[in-house]
Amino acid sequence: MGIKSWARTKSPWLLHFNTGSCNGCDIEVVAALTPRYDLERFGIFLKGSPRHADVLVVTGPVTRQIRDRITMIYNQMPEPKFVVAVGSCCMSGGVFSNCGKGPCYNVYPGLDSVIPVDAYIPGCPPKPEAIIDGVAKLLAHIRAPPEKKARIIEEGSTEA
Amino acid sequence: MSGSVNSGYERLFDIPIGPQHPALKEPALITLKVEGEHVVGVGLDVSYNHRGIEKAAEYRTYVQNLYLIERICGICNVAHTLTFTQCVEGVQLKDAPERAKMLRVLVEELARIHSHLLWLGVAAHEIGFDTFFMYIWLDREVSLDLMEAFTGNRITSAYNIIGGVRRDLTPEITAKIRKGMDRLEERAKFYRKIVETEKTVISRTQSIGILPPEDAIRLSAVGPTLRASGIKIDARADDPYAAHASVPFNVITCDGCDSFSRILVRIDEIVESINIIRYCLEHLPSGPIINRLPRRVPAGEFISRVEAPRGELMHYLRSDGSDKPYRYKVKTPTISNLPSLVHMLSSKGRYVVNIADVPVILASIDPCFSCTARLEKNIGTYGKS
Repeated sequence: MGIKSWARTKSPWLLHFNTGSCNGCDIEVVAALTPRYDLERFGIFLKGSPRHADVLVVTGPVTRQIRDRITMIYNQMPEPKFVVAVGSCCMSGGVFSNCGKGPCYNVYPGLDSVIPVDAYIPGCPPKPEAIIDGVAKLLAHIRAPPEKKARIIEEGSTEA
Repeated sequence: MSGSVNSGYERLFDIPIGPQHPALKEPALITLKVEGEHVVGVGLDVSYNHRGIEKAAEYRTYVQNLYLIERICGICNVAHTLTFTQCVEGVQLKDAPERAKMLRVLVEELARIHSHLLWLGVAAHEIGFDTFFMYIWLDREVSLDLMEAFTGNRITSAYNIIGGVRRDLTPEITAKIRKGMDRLEERAKFYRKIVETEKTVISRTQSIGILPPEDAIRLSAVGPTLRASGIKIDARADDPYAAHASVPFNVITCDGCDSFSRILVRIDEIVESINIIRYCLEHLPSGPIINRLPRRVPAGEFISRVEAPRGELMHYLRSDGSDKPYRYKVKTPTISNLPSLVHMLSSKGRYVVNIADVPVILASIDPCFSCTARLEKNIGTYGKS
């Protein structure tokens, strides 16, 4: 592991973006940063600018109105960048995935139909413990050498 | 340049805020028209969260809709499910059992405590007082733990169901809730003391975002925003639903008309909710917790209103005799408060709004744009330029 990826896994900076969420996941993401769960002990810091962020945390189904914005924010982030989809809506459209035929008229079927996603955290909303687990797995994935990456995803091991 | 402040600046600038912005967790585009440091006009675009819930409701049965309606807003989901179940029960001319009604009030007030504590933390964050934010969110976990123990989930609990409630209260949970209420009451009083004495809070919120009572009525403000202007309107008292008719409580008002009094009103409402919960635990009637109702609803229409944490929430249901709604309409409190927000954000005469006060004023109405995104677009003194 080079010094750059070492530094990156020791203090990843997060950008939180709401793409049309009901606020349920948002308040759980913020709750994960507050004293009971304290995500900051992993060196994680919530950042306001996409240009400073390593990880993009997205909540909510992707609405048509927000699609250009999320693509713009994703493009503004420096490489290497990672995307975490939090909640059922963000993974697949969730409860908004059926409106007669197909998803609701204003909702895309999941974030991965718009930008590439590295980690999915299921739940409606996921508990802060689940969010911490998802982020820890993503960090293990970043830290791992390329030949071990597949194993982490399949077996869900946080050891790298 | 009519309506602008006399500051000697000749050019007006547009400052767009959002939809991605560190201070706003929800996507909303706020375009400020500024003259120097003073905000003279504001345009709001709150449609980024539009998901088409009202249309989607027409494709789902009433039982499925319960879970869809719950996801209009994650914070006040209890108020949304309560309004929805009251609509469906209203069309059927049926009612929930008395015990279920009291339990609904209990859960509603528990959700109000959690929502107000959440807001208080966000408000502290907006004024740059992050220590206070962390303290409050630590105590908010107490109310979420009670919610999880009682209803089964921290946030979206689906506790209210058509015809009653999902779970009954057990003696262990009652003891837990009593203990939790004692702790929260103590903390709420401590927060009130801090807000009243801490200079950071006072200087950032007092005389900021003034909404006089006559303007509050004219612009149809609702909820704590209205009550902080000294007007005693509360759906729980004026049009009692569930078991509110039999639960005594005080409608909290404050005469300050500014952001500071909005903080005080919400802290006092937390204490009032704690008292309501204690009363409910004492006076819980015995009996069943659910009336089984048929899945098909007769043709008809019904309007139900509930005092959500942010203000008066109204749902309209029109049914055509099938097991799916013909039309479902939601009017949320934030949309009623947006005209007041625009009024508060515009400098007029001697009333001056600085750019630095914008987040505080915005937070003071406790906006929830995911509730609001129905059809409305570009509200304000001017739209997208």
